[in-house]
Amino acid sequence: MASLIRTVKGMPPTALFGAAVIAIYVLVAVFAPLLAPYSEREVVGDQYLQWSAQHWLGTDNLGRDMLTRLIFGARNTLAIAFFATALAFVIGTVTGLLAATLGGVVDQVLSRVVDIIMAVPGLIFILLLLTIFGTGIVTLIAVIAVLDSTRVFRLARAVAFGIVAMDYVEAARVRGEGLLWIMRREILPNAAAPLVAEFGMRFCFVFLTIAALSFLGLGIQPPLADWGSMVRENATLITFGDITPLLPAAAIALLTVAVNFVVDWILHKVSGMKD
Amino acid sequence: MPRQDPPDAPLLSIRDLRIEGKAQDAWLPIVKGVDLTVKRGEVFGLIGESGAGKSTIGLAAMGFVRDGCRFAGGSVKFDGIELIGAPRKLRRGLRSSRIAYVAQSAAASFNPAFRLIDQHVEFPVLRRLMTRTEAEADAVELYRKLQLPNPDEIGFRYPHQVSGGQLQRAMTAMAMACRPDLIIFDEPTTALDVTTQIEVLSAIRDAVQSLGTAAIYVSHDLAVVAQMADRVMVLRNGETIEEAPTRTMLSSPRQDYTKSLWAVRSFKAPPRQDAAPASTLMKIEKVDAAYGEHKVLSGISFDLPKGRTVAVVGESGSGKSTLARVIMGLLPARGGRVELAGKTLPPGYRERSKAELRQVQMVYQMADTALNPRQRVREIVGRPIRFYLGLTGKALEARTRQLLNDIELDPAVYLDRLPSELSGGQKQRVGIARALAADPQLVICDEVTSSLDQLVAESMLKLLVRLQRERDLTYMFITHDIATVRAIADEVVVMKEGVVVESGPKDEIFRPPHHPYTELLLSSVPEMDPDWLSRLTARNENTTV
Repeated sequence: MASLIRTVKGMPPTALFGAAVIAIYVLVAVFAPLLAPYSEREVVGDQYLQWSAQHWLGTDNLGRDMLTRLIFGARNTLAIAFFATALAFVIGTVTGLLAATLGGVVDQVLSRVVDIIMAVPGLIFILLLLTIFGTGIVTLIAVIAVLDSTRVFRLARAVAFGIVAMDYVEAARVRGEGLLWIMRREILPNAAAPLVAEFGMRFCFVFLTIAALSFLGLGIQPPLADWGSMVRENATLITFGDITPLLPAAAIALLTVAVNFVVDWILHKVSGMKD
Repeated sequence: MPRQDPPDAPLLSIRDLRIEGKAQDAWLPIVKGVDLTVKRGEVFGLIGESGAGKSTIGLAAMGFVRDGCRFAGGSVKFDGIELIGAPRKLRRGLRSSRIAYVAQSAAASFNPAFRLIDQHVEFPVLRRLMTRTEAEADAVELYRKLQLPNPDEIGFRYPHQVSGGQLQRAMTAMAMACRPDLIIFDEPTTALDVTTQIEVLSAIRDAVQSLGTAAIYVSHDLAVVAQMADRVMVLRNGETIEEAPTRTMLSSPRQDYTKSLWAVRSFKAPPRQDAAPASTLMKIEKVDAAYGEHKVLSGISFDLPKGRTVAVVGESGSGKSTLARVIMGLLPARGGRVELAGKTLPPGYRERSKAELRQVQMVYQMADTALNPRQRVREIVGRPIRFYLGLTGKALEARTRQLLNDIELDPAVYLDRLPSELSGGQKQRVGIARALAADPQLVICDEVTSSLDQLVAESMLKLLVRLQRERDLTYMFITHDIATVRAIADEVVVMKEGVVVESGPKDEIFRPPHHPYTELLLSSVPEMDPDWLSRLTARNENTTV
């Protein structure tokens, strides 16, 4: 606890701001049912109601409460983005470390497969896969994770290559240690810092991808609330000078900025750069 | 150049110099009030162990501090000009034209994309001292002075096309391009082999003398400084210990610390009680090895007697570290065989059994890369015990503590430290403990003392000798340092370009007549005698003429 307080005290204002924003988002996502005035799918009034005491942010194209949808949106979008990123990291880190540790044929095969996946424009590839496998939440997470794991793979492999050359890894090899032990105990702890920093960055991109897919109608499916689809569904309001549909977009933008502030700070700490 | 000062005024005078470095948000003193004076044409030697502040003072003489450091007080006057707090433009103008700097690694200091002469002429032309043609002609003249081969042509090569020793001399030539009043040499020969070091030292010394340049010579090697400097200052922890003319300093050091530095090279392993010949632990027979097409070892054969130390000596590129990799199984031999206690070892480590792997352990040169920075001492030392001997829980803890006691580190203090919380010598001790944890028969020590200060290196050798006597260990000691070999070896193997040149008991190898290469190696080791270099170069000239 004391070390946590010390870390918070040492943070620059930007990182502090970022961390605070992320904390609020997480709290909102976790306690969404308690915070939201109505339920996620409930039609509570007419379409496109103005902001009022009953409906702080008005209602959407089906007459659902906008504030409620915004709050639940945090839950759906954040959770899916988090799991997709986490899965991408598991896949990417394991394959990346394998490629670096074993080298040779394993490295060649894995790297070329990754090259091929990366050669296809991401969004188009996802659209293709989603049309083939359908648009469930699980498929969505899996497809995004596999595609994003290629970038994690490259980072993990590059970082691990520098570590594999170290004498302590050599010492572990000639001691007779198994592959798993070498990867888990000798390499991973030393590669963790850049991977953690990358996690924040990738999380942002995954978040944007989901929003983009939802905007296109292929992401999170109705009636689940999601920021990307909320923008799409209510976009007509913009023509009437109502900024309500921009709020979910602003929520996305704010989180992206916040995460990047924190990532920036972590990178600084990790690389040992002096301000 | 017209000068206002009287000719006997000091060229550089540093008074009460204080420099601080930032560490964890606090400014800590690195240099604590050092005074020094360099006269025109004088070579001033700065000696000290790493962290003594000698390089920092060297840079401060140019009015410069590294990132994360600052001047905290004092004055640096160069030819009457105060450099601390002087405008950047003034300091930059002085640099290279009146003060020049020669760094430890010439390879890292030259731009690999330009030819040597292009980099050489840059400053004289920029400072409008010469035209490009004049500067090039002058460069050739300087290359000749520094005894570079083919002085007319060598400047038109790229840095990677000349050897390390030649590059270091080319860098010295570059430093002299503007005929500066002062040159700062920061360990210019530390990265070189002993035989190359001699050429570079004598070339630098002759050039400095003939041009009458003043110099500050920074080194940790006393014998080297003794050859180069007129006056010597001994530094420790940023403070002056002692300053005197070189000869006085060598013959009658006043301070205890200086005396201890002088005495390090006299360490010798105590003689053995039993003179009985030892049985053979490892037999290396006609071993060949290659990296791809490039053959690095051919027909290596020698024996390692049990409980003895075999020193493998040779310059970099002689294949001695490769031999260690072959024995460890990291680089499977192409031909020949390695026999341990009567049984042939499989060439690759993957084919070796756990018991076979346990018998041969290695201590690495760079303790920094040899220890996993994310593991605590407990795990680094404990893992081999657990892995090979299967101990867990209390037994593992007890054994780990015992090992730390054996290597003279207090387990209560060091057991849960990370490598970053240890000093260089302590890291190396942990490296030794990790090797011993496997309870091996043979320990390969690859240059284990070369990255350590002399005092620390000596204590390391003492520790290794004691452990050997206690546990009947066999050492294969890879080194380029003849003083270390004299101190602890029983047998010596001399290698050159992947073959064994000479091998036998230490006394035989060190007693004349020598093999010509052994002779060259032995004579190249700097001695603590200011006349050693002159004597050696004079003798070499006589033999060549």
